[in-house]
Amino acid sequence: MIELEHVTKRYGAACAVADVSLTIGAGEFCAVMGGSGAGKSTMLKMINQLIAHSEGTIRVDGQDVRAMAPAALRRRMGYVIQSIGLFPHWTVARNIGTVPELLGWAASQARDRAAALLEQLKLPPGEFLDKYPHQLSIGQQQRVGIARALAADQDILLMDEPFGALDPITRQALQAEIAEIQRASRKTIVFVTHDMDEALRLASRIAVMDRSRLVQLGTPIELLTAPKTDFVRNLVGRDDLGIKLLGIALVASRMRPGEAAPGEPIAATASLRQALSRMVAEGRDRLPVAGADGAPAGTLHLGDLLRR
Amino acid sequence: MNRRWKDPLLWTSVGLVALVLLLPMSRPLFAALFPTLPRPLFELDSFADLLAGHVLVVAASSAAAVLLGAGAGIFVTRAEGAEFRGLVASIVTVGQAFPPVAVLAVAVPAIGFGFQPAFFALLLYGLLPILDNTIAGLGSVPSAAVEAARGMGMGEGAILRKVELPLAAPVIIAGIRTSVIINVGTAAIASTVGARTLGLPIIIGLNGANPAYILQGAIPVALLAIVLDLAFGRLLSRLERWRR
Repeated sequence: MIELEHVTKRYGAACAVADVSLTIGAGEFCAVMGGSGAGKSTMLKMINQLIAHSEGTIRVDGQDVRAMAPAALRRRMGYVIQSIGLFPHWTVARNIGTVPELLGWAASQARDRAAALLEQLKLPPGEFLDKYPHQLSIGQQQRVGIARALAADQDILLMDEPFGALDPITRQALQAEIAEIQRASRKTIVFVTHDMDEALRLASRIAVMDRSRLVQLGTPIELLTAPKTDFVRNLVGRDDLGIKLLGIALVASRMRPGEAAPGEPIAATASLRQALSRMVAEGRDRLPVAGADGAPAGTLHLGDLLRR
Repeated sequence: MNRRWKDPLLWTSVGLVALVLLLPMSRPLFAALFPTLPRPLFELDSFADLLAGHVLVVAASSAAAVLLGAGAGIFVTRAEGAEFRGLVASIVTVGQAFPPVAVLAVAVPAIGFGFQPAFFALLLYGLLPILDNTIAGLGSVPSAAVEAARGMGMGEGAILRKVELPLAAPVIIAGIRTSVIINVGTAAIASTVGARTLGLPIIIGLNGANPAYILQGAIPVALLAIVLDLAFGRLLSRLERWRR
């Protein structure tokens, strides 16, 4: 659990973060949204004290971060940044083993862990363990960056615009990976982004920052249906609000179980937005739905998308 | 096997040792080359001792220059030392601006003849490339790597040791290489203040208009510089193996 109470960061007369109070519960995926210069990155870096806060209190699992040695505090959380920051003179295996090495693991244990994480992030370990970062694509590098942040399996993961520099296809693939990791491990994730669709897709709660202040904190559906300020309203988009709403709901929630329909089935875990897109593209008003095992589970009707 | 025998570092090193050992027997050669000279071979001191003295003064002064130059470069690139960066750079640049002969001339009345004034002149002269390259090398370390290291909980000492210095090493070593090669040449001049180096036959040859002496000093000095340059080249390519 991460608690911020009346946290302020000043640089001289300027305020980067002004009086932010926020509690991020254990296992929560909290996205911090906002434009550039809104203070979202500063807020993240105060949690691991890369930036010291000027006022207020920050607690991690109940302990004041100022009472902990900075290195000890940082070793309790994984850290992923937009510019990745792999160590160019170390192999992939040693990069992933950075924190295990700091924690005094045996080398063979750290290497096994690195291999398992590469496997999980869809980079074959046999091929990648002994490569150097410059031999990888940017997308592969960030997969290694994520593996490095997961290596010591801490409960907390801080991610500072981790997918900001990636092409759209790689970004979507990595969003899916991180969603899967969150589902499997129930980590507490703080995720800074300026991409609203990314925040809506991944986060259980979204904190919106505007000009150093926290202007709204809510679930994706709350942000979409009840934006508190014009800034949030613009951020979630007036024109494609309906599409965004469909984007955060799953096919399973509107499916009529047991019914059959012709055509290529859609996964129950796909979003309604994907379903609508297929209906429009294929000229159908219903789609068969496949369950997790791939077996037919029911049918999704176009009219049901309009239900609230 | 075949590659090792073609190694230029090996051959130049063997050549240098052979040269120093064979020079004492080269009287007929130089007598034939310079028939008018009454003394065609330098015999005041042994070439092996002069080479050893040359290497010793270069090694000692370069080691001290590395400690001071790299140490100062590391210090002024830390948060605590940033204020001193301009000051340190000016002091070292001024040290470089004095010609080595002037430094030797000033050093002699202060600390006497022999090894010591040579050591200090070479130290002063070798500092600038090392300091400059240490600052440039540490500045070229990707800031993302340092941020990631700090964010993962590496201490400042470990960041310097495991991330910054290894990444800056090629640039720092290049500075040491420049410094050492310059000092191999400058050490020859140091024999004017009584240091026993390969400069001795050169200086005596210049004073006595004896070109044979000059050659007998200059050729081993040049070969020593080439050997050291090749050795640093080898070290650099080894340090940068991960880039390939």
